[in-house]
Amino acid sequence: MSTTVKERSVPYVQVLDENGKVVDSNRLPKLSDEELREIMRRMVFTRVWDQRAVRLTRQGRLGFYAPVAGQEGSMIGSEFATKKEDFIIPGYRDVPQCVWHGWPLHQAFLYSRGHQLGGRIPEDVNVMMPQIIIGAQIVQTPGIAMAFKLKGEKRVAITYTGDGGTSQGDFYEGMNFAGAFQLPAVFIVQNNQFAISVPVSLQTAAETLAQKAVAAGIPGIQVDGMDVLAMYSVTKEAVDRARNGDGPTMIEAVTFRYGPHTMSGDDPTRYRSKETESEWEKRDPLIRFRTYLESKGLWTQEDEERVMEEAKDAINDALKKADAVEKMTIPGLLESMFETPTAPLKRQIAEFSGQEGN
Amino acid sequence: MAQLTMIQAITNALDNELGLDEKVLVFGEDVGHNGGVFRATDGLQAKYGKDRVFDTPLAESGIAGLANGLSTQGFRPVAEIQFFGFVFEAFDQIASQTARMRYRSGGRYNCPVVFRAPFGGGVRTPELHADSLEGLFVQTPGIKVVIPSNPYDAKGLLISAIRDNDPVLFLEHMKLYRSIRQEVPEDAYTIPLGQANVVREGKDITIVTYGAMVHTALKAAEQWAKEKQLEAEVIDLRTISPIDLDTIVASVKKTHRAIVLQEAQRSAGAGAEIVAQITENAIFHLEAPVLRVSPPDTVYPFGLIEDEWLPTPEFVIRGLDKVMSL
Ligand SMILES: Cc1ncc(C[n+]2csc(CCOP(=O)(O)OP(=O)(O)O)c2C)c(N)n1
Repeated sequence: MSTTVKERSVPYVQVLDENGKVVDSNRLPKLSDEELREIMRRMVFTRVWDQRAVRLTRQGRLGFYAPVAGQEGSMIGSEFATKKEDFIIPGYRDVPQCVWHGWPLHQAFLYSRGHQLGGRIPEDVNVMMPQIIIGAQIVQTPGIAMAFKLKGEKRVAITYTGDGGTSQGDFYEGMNFAGAFQLPAVFIVQNNQFAISVPVSLQTAAETLAQKAVAAGIPGIQVDGMDVLAMYSVTKEAVDRARNGDGPTMIEAVTFRYGPHTMSGDDPTRYRSKETESEWEKRDPLIRFRTYLESKGLWTQEDEERVMEEAKDAINDALKKADAVEKMTIPGLLESMFETPTAPLKRQIAEFSGQEGN
Repeated sequence: MAQLTMIQAITNALDNELGLDEKVLVFGEDVGHNGGVFRATDGLQAKYGKDRVFDTPLAESGIAGLANGLSTQGFRPVAEIQFFGFVFEAFDQIASQTARMRYRSGGRYNCPVVFRAPFGGGVRTPELHADSLEGLFVQTPGIKVVIPSNPYDAKGLLISAIRDNDPVLFLEHMKLYRSIRQEVPEDAYTIPLGQANVVREGKDITIVTYGAMVHTALKAAEQWAKEKQLEAEVIDLRTISPIDLDTIVASVKKTHRAIVLQEAQRSAGAGAEIVAQITENAIFHLEAPVLRVSPPDTVYPFGLIEDEWLPTPEFVIRGLDKVMSL
């Protein structure tokens, strides 16, 4: 005896090829010229910010930082497909999506430095703090999505993880809960080929990561994550489906991180070759999209330079703002444990009063 | 007033709160249609609907994650872990997510979640159903831990836990579920978290305990009084994190001697914390060292040797005698 389960294939979506030529015009998203330029602006801004953040980390002016260069397509394209009221539940690398969703840049810097105010996300910004525990955000996503469904709000919860994250049990639990309750959730996997040093081939025997959605009974789709238009198009579809009450989707964005895993001592030459790196760099999301926009007369060298200046200024302003924030105190931390400190914490607040941190 | 068992008092508390606050949700494995493996949620789905009382897929991390996500969006989830020994499956979500949310976000998000779970020995369960693992959470900053010893307290404490704007772990001793009946008011009432209860007054020694051991302590105290004409004061902590130090210290200042009785194995748990607190805050009032009376440091034992492992009134009396002799 045997049971035939629904036959599924995993579609691979690409809109622009590596040379910026449209390969799938049916998939070309309906975006205005202004919106297309805005996507480019965000990618250039993010690249400048990433390079600056790497230097600032080396100088000790930032703390924990996970570089994003190479992943701008999947990050910016997917966030651009959300609405402000949608909720982002990020992993530690997904800081750009959070910032473009409204998390102030200086707070992202404070988070990087290890200041509590970094995580005090403004009330009207629908973002969770970047998650350090790989997979933990994925099981919280159905909870946030269920809240929207129960309240009858047309909002979507979008979470991110990496290729390594798909090996966690929580990855399956989160997708399975979202499927079982038919929740408005989107699970995005940025497959950047390595989990620190471990390649995807050691992570799983599955041919694609997207197929892991099949077992949860939800659609899984693979997309060229370095093609910002493809990423936008696929995420938009998933977000619309979720908003219309048609349930969750999992998206595997095939991409690459150019830099080290984090700025805390990772050396990528230990686990990947220069050839591999340059293969991926040929698919660069910025070059590809810029070529496309230039061919449409929508982007010029002046635009590029203006955005680079704008990014530099914004980063400097954010740094100043971060520098100006008052220091944390031990009593302050104790006070933040509960709504009102418990009796033992009150005694410790008195004991530790007057002790300041950075 | 109705005479209720602890399980009925818990159902009653959930019923009250589901009725009073539409943000309260109750869910877990088998809690919906079936009303829970112990019937703690019996009839609640029929009364409040499948949106508010429901079954989840069988995954504890998923359940705790669901509760966390919901709670950041204004809901008050009461999530059941079917048996507390399964908490390890959800340990990351509870200890490193729920308990940290307020701190991590500088107050932007909080998790008003209650995790309910049955636990406790003497009922011949398979492995990892009975274990007293509360010590792990006493050491976890950011979450309160409540263990009631009777139906009346269970209801009042559970309602306080649900209304609390911070997370609470609410542990229900299986042996107490149906062994005691008490008058329990039908309407909602609260017992403040963090307040112990002196359940027996005495002048010669203090027994600090919680959960099912409260009853063992009371039996021991009665027998000891008859045999030795000495009076033990028994403190039922009710909340073991935060610990009500004031009540403990006031008692020790009166009796000058103390034992801490717990069902958990000995090392580094709630009992050890209480001993440390007494030592730090009342050492000059003590006439003898404070003794931990507890099972030994093994894994929770196999069913056929449970009764030898668990503290009995006689075992407690040996502890009392020992401290009196010092
Ligand atoms: C639960 C857990 N295990 C291990 C780690 C340590 N760690 C941090 S990042 C990382 C690799 C993650 O790789 P992937 O999910 O592919 O995401 P990427 O960093 O490539 O974006 C590891 C092992 C962690 N943060 N959390």
